[in-house]
Amino acid sequence: MKNALKEFFTGFNSLVTGMRITLGQFFKPTVTVQYPHESLKIPKRFRGHIELVRDPATGIAKCFVCKLCEKACPSDCITVEGIKPEGARRKTVTYYRLDFTKCSLCGSCVEACRDGAIRFSREFNLASTNKEDYVMDLFKRLESETLQAERADGKVAPVSSPAPMAGTAAAAVAPAPPAPTPPQPAAPNAPPPAPASPA
Amino acid sequence: MTHFLSSAWEFAKQVPYTEPWRLLLFLVCMLAFVGLNAAYLVWVERKGAGRFQRRPGPTEVGPAGLLQPIADAAKLMSKQLIVPAGADSTLFRVAPLLMMSPALMSLAVIPFGPHLAAANINVGLLMIFAFGSINVMAIMLGGWSSRNKYAIISAARVVSQNVAYEIPMLLVVTTMIMISGTMNLNEIVQQQAGAFWNWNVFRVWINPLMPVTFLIFFTCMLAETNRAPFDMAEAESELVAGAYTEYAGMGFGVFFMAEYANILLGCALGTALFLGGWQSPLWILPGVVWFLIKMYILVFTVVWIRWTFPRTQFYGLLNLSWKILIPVSLFTLVLSSAMMKLLRA
Repeated sequence: MKNALKEFFTGFNSLVTGMRITLGQFFKPTVTVQYPHESLKIPKRFRGHIELVRDPATGIAKCFVCKLCEKACPSDCITVEGIKPEGARRKTVTYYRLDFTKCSLCGSCVEACRDGAIRFSREFNLASTNKEDYVMDLFKRLESETLQAERADGKVAPVSSPAPMAGTAAAAVAPAPPAPTPPQPAAPNAPPPAPASPA
Repeated sequence: MTHFLSSAWEFAKQVPYTEPWRLLLFLVCMLAFVGLNAAYLVWVERKGAGRFQRRPGPTEVGPAGLLQPIADAAKLMSKQLIVPAGADSTLFRVAPLLMMSPALMSLAVIPFGPHLAAANINVGLLMIFAFGSINVMAIMLGGWSSRNKYAIISAARVVSQNVAYEIPMLLVVTTMIMISGTMNLNEIVQQQAGAFWNWNVFRVWINPLMPVTFLIFFTCMLAETNRAPFDMAEAESELVAGAYTEYAGMGFGVFFMAEYANILLGCALGTALFLGGWQSPLWILPGVVWFLIKMYILVFTVVWIRWTFPRTQFYGLLNLSWKILIPVSLFTLVLSSAMMKLLRA
């Protein structure tokens, strides 16, 4: 009898405790992030697919087509092509294909890069039903970024192109820019400044 | 034929002129009240579930998800009502109606305000419990006629659960009838006039176990309406959707609405019996508002309980009824009759 009563009262007490806890939660703010409308801050060290780094001095890609990343890649996702413009001291990238379907985000390419010309992007929203969308031309991506940035600043596009786009037409579908000449502050054929020169 | 017509006319002349209109008014108002409440209690349930789990609940359809019930209803109505092969199609179709109509009829005797009740009859409580037991049959018929093993298991569980909880419920209500000396709900509410300590829950000088009686009533109400933690009828993690497994479209919708209508009825009854019905504790606002406030506080508690406790196992549920609720309610019955004999007579 005594045990039964004790069990009854501890049981009842636990019910009341449970209800008090849930009511406490009821009045606390919600913690849901309404994803399509808002998203969490992406951490600084998030490893998305790689992207080309722009040289802040010249505004063009730092990459000079040494192809170390291509060799470092364990799954052969990377293909880099470039040309040496007339009078320039080093090559310039014109085509950087990343086959993201094979990439395991190991980061060997970023480690192998001698000049810090590639880094991890913070792109996470890569859903697509089309496999071709994951074979991306990072050079084109960099160019379209430039275009968007310049548009946002309201600058008018200059005439010249930083690098010929020949041979890259087969790459991923990018929105066709109305002006085919992405604006660049630096003259295309000018030699890059000293800090950017190859070691 | 002429004889029949003339005698019918003679009969119709005796009925007070307002009676058909009163009936029509009751039907329209109750259908609107129950329909809107059932729809928006689902919204309250989902919002409440969200907040208890620190989610916002429905937000997309309309401001704060307020149009969600309408979207749900449109979806349910656009679906086909499939009768499974081998099922008893008549019973299968009748079962949802059998569950909905008793709840609607019982609401006729609920006194929403001093003069706001569809039928102020002397056997109101008896009528509610008479119609309330049709519910069990409706769920059982629904489960049995759909020719599905889960539905039949659930139907059997519902019957044993409801039989187990009908007894303490009726014992508690018998106590209340004994104390108030009437089965007319409006009179029971009138007896609780005055400040809030005259409400039946707090009238410990009549019976010191009055709050316990209310708890027993509330627990039995949860079990009778098959709400969590006693949702053996649905038990979605073990029995798919219990007795409603084979129902699609509005057949399921009517069952769903009837569940909420029954919760509403149970909370309204609890308000009238124990919480002073339309008696105002603060001498402001009309009685109808107070009735609704008290009723919705009970409804919120029902939602709160659902999202706090996990479902009991079946023997736990029967143990609670037979080993705790029935002895305690019998004891309160004996105690209050003894106190009445000693103190009043």
